[in-house]
Amino acid sequence: MSPTLFRVRRPGRLAAEAVTLLVAAAVAFPLYWMVLSALKPAGEIQSTEPRPWTLSPSLDSFRRVFDQQEFGRYFLNSLIVAGTVVLASALIAFLAATAVTRFRFRFRTTLLVMFLVAQMVPVEALTIPLFFLMRDFGQLNTLGSLILPHLAFSLPFAIWMLRGFVKAVPEALEEQAQIDGASRTRFLWQILFPLVFPGLVATSVFSFISTWNDFLFAKSFLISDTSQSTLPMALLVFFKPDENDWGGIMAGSTVMTLPVLVFFVLVQRRLVSGLGGAVKD
Amino acid sequence: MTTPDTTSATLPAPRGRTRTTGRTPTPAPTRTVRRRTSAWTPWLYLLPALAVIGGLLVYPVYQLGLISFLEYTQAQVSGGEPTYFKGFGNYTALFTDPQFWQVLLATVLFAAACVVTTLAVGCALAVLLTRVRALPRLALMVAALGAWATPAVTGSTVWVFLFDPDFGPVNRLLGLGDFSWTYGRYSAFALVLLEVVWCSFPFVMVTVYAGIKAIPSEVLEAAALDGASQWRIWRSVMAPMLRPILVVVTIQSIIWDFKLFTQIYVMTNGGGIAGQNLVLNVYAYQKAFASSQYSLGSAIGVVMLLILLAVTLVYLRLLRRQGEEL
Repeated sequence: MSPTLFRVRRPGRLAAEAVTLLVAAAVAFPLYWMVLSALKPAGEIQSTEPRPWTLSPSLDSFRRVFDQQEFGRYFLNSLIVAGTVVLASALIAFLAATAVTRFRFRFRTTLLVMFLVAQMVPVEALTIPLFFLMRDFGQLNTLGSLILPHLAFSLPFAIWMLRGFVKAVPEALEEQAQIDGASRTRFLWQILFPLVFPGLVATSVFSFISTWNDFLFAKSFLISDTSQSTLPMALLVFFKPDENDWGGIMAGSTVMTLPVLVFFVLVQRRLVSGLGGAVKD
Repeated sequence: MTTPDTTSATLPAPRGRTRTTGRTPTPAPTRTVRRRTSAWTPWLYLLPALAVIGGLLVYPVYQLGLISFLEYTQAQVSGGEPTYFKGFGNYTALFTDPQFWQVLLATVLFAAACVVTTLAVGCALAVLLTRVRALPRLALMVAALGAWATPAVTGSTVWVFLFDPDFGPVNRLLGLGDFSWTYGRYSAFALVLLEVVWCSFPFVMVTVYAGIKAIPSEVLEAAALDGASQWRIWRSVMAPMLRPILVVVTIQSIIWDFKLFTQIYVMTNGGGIAGQNLVLNVYAYQKAFASSQYSLGSAIGVVMLLILLAVTLVYLRLLRRQGEEL
């Protein structure tokens, strides 16, 4: 029975594979075009007959980006902001997720609903009050004004997602550890934490991306001190009213996209299994 | 115009605050405490999270509501003029402004178009992934991960460049000459939609694909043997089993697409020619930071907050109907 099924399906499958490869090429094309344009010499970019290849790749655009615009510094700023948010939110969310899954206490359900509702708060709508909050605490034009809000916004989602992972660790394990004389702190960090780690990675992807991508807060809170600028803001410098520096924009975009791509490739297995674990729950 | 007591009742934050102060002194019930830990332990674990969320999420929401009822413009911010209570004045100004309704309508329609297209593309490709061998699957997965990983700002700049009237390859390919995509209202929205779908379909595709893989293959084989078409298998077998996942990705997409900012701002240069491509978020930003009408911007923020809150309530109800235990 199964051989016939196989034979019927085969031509269909080849067509499906052709379509898949075509779609993959189309999806990858913008990224290919970005890197290609970053490597094209100035004359070719300004050509009205754009070609999908270049015979004389040059690093001029990259050089321009790093020389003119202190891109290295902005890159570092972005890295500091995203890195701090990822580490801090992972730790804080791990503790909170443990609290709401491993303990029964009053207001537990209320808290969970609160975390769920908090996820839906449109962070962009809070730009105005946050602007005044940062101003009152003298945090405008500092990286802290980006770190703190992003920490607050990534936490509810991180807690919600980690919940499933903490729940999946059997209670018996905890009892066993208790019998073996492990303290709660020891259980938390030496047993639970490593087991939940894949979930933490999946969660971190989201907090990393949302922080790395941040444009609105950087635009609103880093108003005068450009040395505190982050990559998304720096990119806009190449947009000019008369003529955009497309080579610079594409080189800057490449620099900004590559770390996320690397991060994604590093964690993609865990990400897919993490998503599967979170939604299956 | 309005009495202060009715307005204070509509502010969301005081309720949250009383909840915070009211809960701490209450001891947890002892029935399920398995080991000899203090009733405070879970609160100790929760403390950092609650402090951050309370200070930077709950309090700003309260502030947002408050500012939306005040007169708060550049004069008040610089300290020259006193702030005063305006009641629903800002909302009246907003709701009588025809531009607000036009922007609201554009936001809802645009978000809906983005959500529907993203879900359709994501689900179709997820099904496609299950029907191909490992190599083409890997190719599409890698490409999708790349699109997913692309930051909103760079995705926006690249798509604008692809569709650039002078130097972009798309117009050459389609023979459109020097047609400017960002000039017309609908073509500009269409361009942004393409970018949004490009960077958000991977989440749907990967999640739905993971869900399909979790369906026992016997079920699908049985349906195929019974002569069900691919569409029929999807509609009658897979979709019902994938319902929880579909709910999650739909709600996430609604939330993301309703509050788009970066794509619109970067691709249409701050909301398009004469504000033809404004969505609520960009509109609020322009009102607050470009024209210093902070209270009006806050009122728009409150409207967004309420709409997303309604979406959240629907989500909670769906979750509860599925018997999800919190």
